[in-house]
Amino acid sequence: MAVSKYVIEAKNLKKSYGANKVLKGIDLKVERGTMLALLGPNGAGKTTSVRILSTLLKFDSGTVTVEGYDVQSESDKVRSVIGLTGQSAAVDELLTGRENLVMMGRLYRLTNESAKARAQELLEEFDLVEAAERTAITYSGGMRRRLDLAVSLIAAPPVIFLDEPTTGLDPRSRLVMWDIIKNLMARGTTILLTTQYLEEADQLADKIVVIDGGKVIAEGTAKELKAKIGKDRLELTFSNNGSFEKAVKAIGKDIAESNEKERTVTVLVKDTNVDVRKTLDTLAEEKVTVLSMAIHKPTLDDVFLSLTGKQKQAGKKEDK
Amino acid sequence: MAVELVFEKKPKIVLQLNDSLLMIKRSSRHIIRNTDQLLGTFFQPIMFLVLFAAVFGGAISKALPTGVSYLDFLMAGIIVQTVAFGSTTTAIAVSNDLKKGIVDRFRSLPMSNIAVLNGHVVSDLFRNTISTVVMLLAGLVIGFRSSASFTDWLMIAGILLLFTFAFSWLAAIVGVIAKSVEAVQWLSFVIVFPLTFASTAFVPSEGMSPVLKAFAVNQPITQVIEAVRALILSMPIGNHGWMAVVWSLGIIVVAMPVASWLFRRKTSN
Repeated sequence: MAVSKYVIEAKNLKKSYGANKVLKGIDLKVERGTMLALLGPNGAGKTTSVRILSTLLKFDSGTVTVEGYDVQSESDKVRSVIGLTGQSAAVDELLTGRENLVMMGRLYRLTNESAKARAQELLEEFDLVEAAERTAITYSGGMRRRLDLAVSLIAAPPVIFLDEPTTGLDPRSRLVMWDIIKNLMARGTTILLTTQYLEEADQLADKIVVIDGGKVIAEGTAKELKAKIGKDRLELTFSNNGSFEKAVKAIGKDIAESNEKERTVTVLVKDTNVDVRKTLDTLAEEKVTVLSMAIHKPTLDDVFLSLTGKQKQAGKKEDK
Repeated sequence: MAVELVFEKKPKIVLQLNDSLLMIKRSSRHIIRNTDQLLGTFFQPIMFLVLFAAVFGGAISKALPTGVSYLDFLMAGIIVQTVAFGSTTTAIAVSNDLKKGIVDRFRSLPMSNIAVLNGHVVSDLFRNTISTVVMLLAGLVIGFRSSASFTDWLMIAGILLLFTFAFSWLAAIVGVIAKSVEAVQWLSFVIVFPLTFASTAFVPSEGMSPVLKAFAVNQPITQVIEAVRALILSMPIGNHGWMAVVWSLGIIVVAMPVASWLFRRKTSN
């Protein structure tokens, strides 16, 4: 059998609960050592996808393989190469952090010595040494997530599913989680992450698949997705009304937006280097002084809104 | 990563057995860590024993064979009742596991899933043994005396353990079926309460109405109670001994595969 370059591969994946079609034919491919972010709002089908990919849930049609193993007929083999964490996974609240780790390690079929040594290593790495002998019920939300992730790494699986790993965490805990995830990536782990935070996908993932209503509505790198929507925006602010008016006249039809009260002018730029210089040259010729300027990249938020918005309009047309 | 990971290379059946041992260890730790439940394990049986002996003792002693005190008569009944109610903890534990998502974690591991149920059922044996010993000690303090020999006590232990094991598997079914922990509570209560009260646990069957009596003397809990009682009081055990064993084995043979099947079905959706 030819070894696929994709570690995780789903083709035309469909799943319904009765009449409710949760997944309407999803295709996913994750290359070895990369991270794919599955981005979408609540109810888009993210968790359902992860549960199927991690052998927890049966599906109706399509094919799903992880490391070349079929998730349905070879679930045991799949389970020995994956780690699962996030929304749908959990730790035992009445066991200590260390006990949780050692137990899960043993259940991954590690020897007792290996499980213990690895548990210690993970406790150190995840800053849980002090809390190691306390029951998990006493942990804060952030500590619990770290333990949860540590547990799924106990046997160092080459493939990790992170189902909304930072949902509900405070900003500081989220940053700590991101660092941990970046470390994992640096070691060559193949990761599938689901998130409803655009910033998270932007920060971490090599590739992003946007899903909505059980369908893939866009995919690509963060840069590619942003490029689909938008140009960079140059925002200029002026110190007085005189400069503002002169500038509006000078730049003329290139203005995308102007705000008299704030004395700001926004210009859409295609080729950032050239267009920004051109605009500034025009202003210099007219002897207009600029108080401040800023270049805004389109955010994934813009991308997301415009994509899902379009999707809904298309849906309306279909209805007619 | 500095630690070199070594994986077990034992036959699958050994590994699966090991899964169950790990789960038994886990559930047994729960017994000690869950302090609220632990208090119940100690005090509920003592409370029942003292209350029943004090409240019913005077009224019922006349109906008892001469020379038998109500406390000595009651002991078998109250032990079996405690064990039957105690099996509810298996149901609660199973229901909790299913609800809190840890079963998903276990299922994503290359382990035997039924080990989770084995863990709860077997640890229930430990917990019920503690309850029973506490109750016997409390009984001794307030005047319980038995003429049973050491061999009799071994037989009592055997019958009770088998019965507990059987009832815990029934409880496991309740735990899988029930939609919430609250549902487990009332469902268990509705099953266990009539079974223990419509039995000879607290009163002899002579005074019961014919229909009630017919049910009471033939149902499994009465068989277990009568067997244990006969051994405690050094009276002829009759058919009760083997009936108790047959009932328990029968329940195990049916409930174990049913619980496992339901658990598998519930968790694969």
